[in-house]
Amino acid sequence: MSFKATARDIGDATVMDLSGRITLGEGSAMLREMIKELVGKGRKHIVLNLGDVTYIDSSGIGELVSGFQTVRTSGGQLKLLHLTKKVHDLLQITKLFTVFDVYSDESVALASFTS
Amino acid sequence: MSGQTHRVEVTLETLLESVDLAEDITMRVADAAGFDEEQRYRIGMSVREGVINAYQYGNQAERDRKIVLTLELTPEKLVIRVLDQGPGFSLADVPDPLAEENLLKTSGRGLFLMKAFMDEFAVNPGPAGGAELVMAKRYPAGPGGAQPAK
Repeated sequence: MSFKATARDIGDATVMDLSGRITLGEGSAMLREMIKELVGKGRKHIVLNLGDVTYIDSSGIGELVSGFQTVRTSGGQLKLLHLTKKVHDLLQITKLFTVFDVYSDESVALASFTS
Repeated sequence: MSGQTHRVEVTLETLLESVDLAEDITMRVADAAGFDEEQRYRIGMSVREGVINAYQYGNQAERDRKIVLTLELTPEKLVIRVLDQGPGFSLADVPDPLAEENLLKTSGRGLFLMKAFMDEFAVNPGPAGGAELVMAKRYPAGPGGAQPAK
């Protein structure tokens, strides 16, 4: 299943619904560009909904970190929503679970942003 | 268990497509060997990361260089080798991606994932130069455990 991403604006926040694979040469470059574009438009509160992401490799993990840094550098915040077990496990063994804010409820994720 | 070793060797071009191809071949071999879904995922991911390493850092995306993937079903375990034609490297020189100062780096986790997902992992000098990643996964023990393909 190839990578797809759609963005929904909810108030000051943008939820990006991602699906498919985030891997080298597939979803990772597209995700990077989409996050840069959102930040360029002044969107600083971003939620990545990973509920339909079927697979992520080290390049995909790198893009999540890159997105986190891009948004943070602009003064914003990036949160993760609906991790699958595989993505959850990958973030745990790479210790990134302690870096990202992770949520299982979209409304809670949206309410967590501080301006 | 037949007690024999079965071997598959594939020479791949240094292309992004080779990463998916190597993962696909490995998943089929791991399936034939009887590994369960979770173990197949871990084995497939390790080979994916190994071939990405060979593509990016070993062969530096130069298409005319080759990547050799070898899968061996021995009586005890699946042994996988990924050989590139790059300058070679030592595992001791690779930064720890779990170190505080490296946590927010956007790369450098592939070798760590291979070590985490496989039972054995080593980096050796290739027989004619380059680096050879060698990794192995033991078959699950007990009735219904994995068996090498006949």
